[in-house]
Amino acid sequence: MSLNQNILVKLDNVGISINDKWLVKGVSLQVEKNKIVTLIGPNGSGKSTTAKIALGIYKKIQGKVEKYTNKVGYVPQKISIDWTLPLRVKDFMTLTESLDNETITEALSLTGVIHLKEKNLSDLSGGEFQRVLLARAISKKPELLVLDEPVQGVDFTGEIALYELIKKICDELNCGILLISHDLHTVMTATDHVVCLNGHVCCSGSPMDVAKNNEYKALFGEQASQILTRYEHRHDHIHTEEGEIKKN
Amino acid sequence: MFDDFFIRALVAGIGVAFVTGPLGCFVIWRRLSYFGDTLAHSALLGVTLAFTMEFNIALSVFIISSLIALILIQLQKKTNLPGDALLGLLAHSSLAVGLVVIGFLTFIRFDIMGLLFGDILAVTVDDLTIIWVGGILILLILKIIWKPLFASTVNYELAEAEGLNPDKAKAIFTILMAAIIAISIKMVGLLLITGMLIIPAAMARNISDSPQKMVIFSIIGGLLSVVIGLFSSLEFNTPSGPSIIAAALLLFIISLLNIKQSIKLKN
Repeated sequence: MSLNQNILVKLDNVGISINDKWLVKGVSLQVEKNKIVTLIGPNGSGKSTTAKIALGIYKKIQGKVEKYTNKVGYVPQKISIDWTLPLRVKDFMTLTESLDNETITEALSLTGVIHLKEKNLSDLSGGEFQRVLLARAISKKPELLVLDEPVQGVDFTGEIALYELIKKICDELNCGILLISHDLHTVMTATDHVVCLNGHVCCSGSPMDVAKNNEYKALFGEQASQILTRYEHRHDHIHTEEGEIKKN
Repeated sequence: MFDDFFIRALVAGIGVAFVTGPLGCFVIWRRLSYFGDTLAHSALLGVTLAFTMEFNIALSVFIISSLIALILIQLQKKTNLPGDALLGLLAHSSLAVGLVVIGFLTFIRFDIMGLLFGDILAVTVDDLTIIWVGGILILLILKIIWKPLFASTVNYELAEAEGLNPDKAKAIFTILMAAIIAISIKMVGLLLITGMLIIPAAMARNISDSPQKMVIFSIIGGLLSVVIGLFSSLEFNTPSGPSIIAAALLLFIISLLNIKQSIKLKN
């Protein structure tokens, strides 16, 4: 098999243990250009840990991580910023890379927080901060985006818009995305590849494959798998104005 | 006009203030006040060694301070003691060992007060060279590591994830801390160096809304403290170090007025 030029990061049987307890074990996955890979799983199943391994934040790991890009954008799940630092949104935007004013403005506009540009980071609400985090990650036009629950705390309409934005960015920048999300609906509709974690890889594959998997059903319940079925169902026909149902 | 020694002190102090300004901001942002203190305490040991072996004081202090920083990092990895306990342990034991060594050096006349609180009379032309050359070097290196250091100060994982190598920046910053203590010890004295690092920066925090502004105000604050402190030291015949720090405190108190006003505006 020839080397796939599109691979951005590849995890080969990785795991990490702290104090003799495995956080995750035996995870293999790869993120390619223009593909969205989503990690799902219950709390404490090692989703964030896996993302951090892929990013190279954890050093003492088992297995192998091969990263083929240095242009990475990261939206962490939790971020604690010390307020001894006077930091405005626009200072935060250039944290890891110097950007011109235009790029900053564009990114903040995309996530709908351009009005906060001059504001102090400590004055933002949770949802606003989340939008700034996302804007910062996309502004540097990364090849690999790692998004750990990027829309937490964002209002309902905003959530949908941001997921659409993420999908659009993936297409426009031709970048690969490693996404962690609890919103199974989004996961199942916008994702190319799903990895279901529970300390190890339970199952993985296309959204459809995973939804049919018994282990997935055991983890998330029968209802979760129906989210997908319903969605797929919606797409194999259209409702005409006269109320008829037409097959595609 | 002023005597030569006073001009020398002024030039030395100004050089030190340019460096302590930005470094002091990082000391505050990264919560390193006691780390700075520990390095400064260990400087006494460096000074005594310099006297025993007839070595350059700044170089000797730099080596000992770096060594103490290394030991601290090792102890943090190998023991379960909290960071502040380790800092206290190293600070006081290195100070004690330094004083014990001085006790043995009866053949050398030691100006302990000058060592602890700074001595403007003692600043020589050689010291000036060390302060200015060393200071410019420190600032240049700080400029190079600014991005990774600042990013990891805001959030370590973001910096690491996006490929900035924060561990290297942190290690280099530790060395810079040892270096600034080494070059400023004669000016401010080892008990007050941390004050020179944190008080102007703390003053700057009260009147800044961005990191760049805080660095600039911190430098200005340090410069003013040095000038005011040295002139009053000359006027009232007080030790130079405490005079400079007292001037810095005065500026800090004035900066508090600014906070009051901005809180009023918010309400």
